[in-house]
Amino acid sequence: MRNSGANLGLRVWQVALLAGVFLAWHLLSVPGIVPPLYFDDPYRAAFLFGEPLKVFGRIWNWFIGGDIYRHLWVTLVETMLAFVIGTVSGVAIGIWLALAPTASAIFDPYIKALNAMPRVILAPIFFVWFGLGIASKVALGVTLVFFIVFFNVYQGVREVSPVVLANARMLGASQKQLLRYVYLPSAMSWMFASLHNSVGLAFVGAVVGEYLGSSEGVGYLILQAEGVFDINTVFAGILVLTAFALVLDWAVTLAEKRLMVWQPRSGETERI
Amino acid sequence: MSPALALENITCTFVSREDRTQRYTAVKDTTLAVAPGEFVSVVGPTGCGKSTLLNIAAGLLEPSAGRVAVFGETLLGINSRAGYLFQTEALMPWRNALGNITAGLEFRGLERHEYLEKGDEWLRRVGLGGFGDRYPHQLSGGMRKRVSLAQTLILNPQMLLMDEPFSALDIQTRQLMENELLELWSADRKSVVFITHDLEEAIALSDRVVVLSAGPEAHPIGDYRIDLPRPRDVAEVRLTPMFLELLAEIWHSMKDEVLKGYAQQRR
Repeated sequence: MRNSGANLGLRVWQVALLAGVFLAWHLLSVPGIVPPLYFDDPYRAAFLFGEPLKVFGRIWNWFIGGDIYRHLWVTLVETMLAFVIGTVSGVAIGIWLALAPTASAIFDPYIKALNAMPRVILAPIFFVWFGLGIASKVALGVTLVFFIVFFNVYQGVREVSPVVLANARMLGASQKQLLRYVYLPSAMSWMFASLHNSVGLAFVGAVVGEYLGSSEGVGYLILQAEGVFDINTVFAGILVLTAFALVLDWAVTLAEKRLMVWQPRSGETERI
Repeated sequence: MSPALALENITCTFVSREDRTQRYTAVKDTTLAVAPGEFVSVVGPTGCGKSTLLNIAAGLLEPSAGRVAVFGETLLGINSRAGYLFQTEALMPWRNALGNITAGLEFRGLERHEYLEKGDEWLRRVGLGGFGDRYPHQLSGGMRKRVSLAQTLILNPQMLLMDEPFSALDIQTRQLMENELLELWSADRKSVVFITHDLEEAIALSDRVVVLSAGPEAHPIGDYRIDLPRPRDVAEVRLTPMFLELLAEIWHSMKDEVLKGYAQQRR
């Protein structure tokens, strides 16, 4: 009871903080409420920072009017495709290179170089190659996701406990079975450790790709609004994206809880 | 009849990967034979190469010189007739207790219902009925050891190689596990090679105790037959006069080596 009471108190403070931020935003931006502190023109603050009521009005219209769903769906599809393709290729190549020392030694400098490269600059090339549809956004997301997953899996396979490995061999596992029953589960656990990161980056790839050139998606909405200096719509797009990212993160946490039951969580005292 | 396990003139030298001239000979010129159904303990000071010897017997490590024979056949690769109980955690953390116990059967391609049935039976045999869905981190150290034991014994190996399997357990749990091991072993008398640094444990369990010298270049320096009557209770047998006599005798021969090993580690 004490605990839930403390939690409730925390929640109240969190909501109060959010409300306070929006209230301050409202008071400082809407013309005529507070005398202009910094700008000469009372409409300048609203022009640069938007007005929260109009921002919420915009979001309301999007969801009631149904315009937003198509764009959200496109962004979601791009994110998921980038995530799945990046993860599968990262796991496959990570396991392969971890188990093939020679290949790994040959590829090592190139992988480091590719990882060090700021991959967002690949976007123009992807637009040329894959057009302005979702393929170019997926490609950008894949380049971001791949390396996160790849490095984690590579590490995971190399750090499989030698005792667990020796034990599996003594129990009669063939090379193929070692891969399936030992290396793969171990690699998966490391992949899950990077799940929050990789989903987040897939999302970044999708939105940045849309923002750089597209005809649909939430990034496209923001790009369009920015073109006509409609700052309220830009903020509305940002808020929707933030909420969307939170939902994605929550979904990842759920998936993690289901799939990683075998991992000890800190504070768990279920030993018997 | 050929011995279950024969190590013939085994030498094992490790070469440092960074510096090829740095060598360490863990075991030198060691010959050891284990008869079918015999329980042999190998004792020696810490760091004397006991585990090296066991890994060679298991086929996990290739000796620099010498031959390993299993029931008369030269060993190549993994010793598939042996079950190995490791000193440290060897369970797959992503599989629950039942999944770990049945792993070996799955590797052998048994049908699902077959291995589940056998797995359940072994869970109960090691006193873990109802704990099959627990993951290793949810089990205590003693329970994890039982899972390891069941995981190995379910495959019905002809010999057991045990590397200080109970050294991480507290003394009460340990004696319980030792008695359970003796009970399981007496059911079908597999050959056992039991590595330990604990001389009392070795005498209480074994038919024979082999004493290794301190490393480097460890080799057997004593071989004692333990004629204590079976079945034994490991806690009670320690109080018999015969046990104490054997302990004094073997300890006397071991003491110098232990001190030597200790001195080397302090250097």
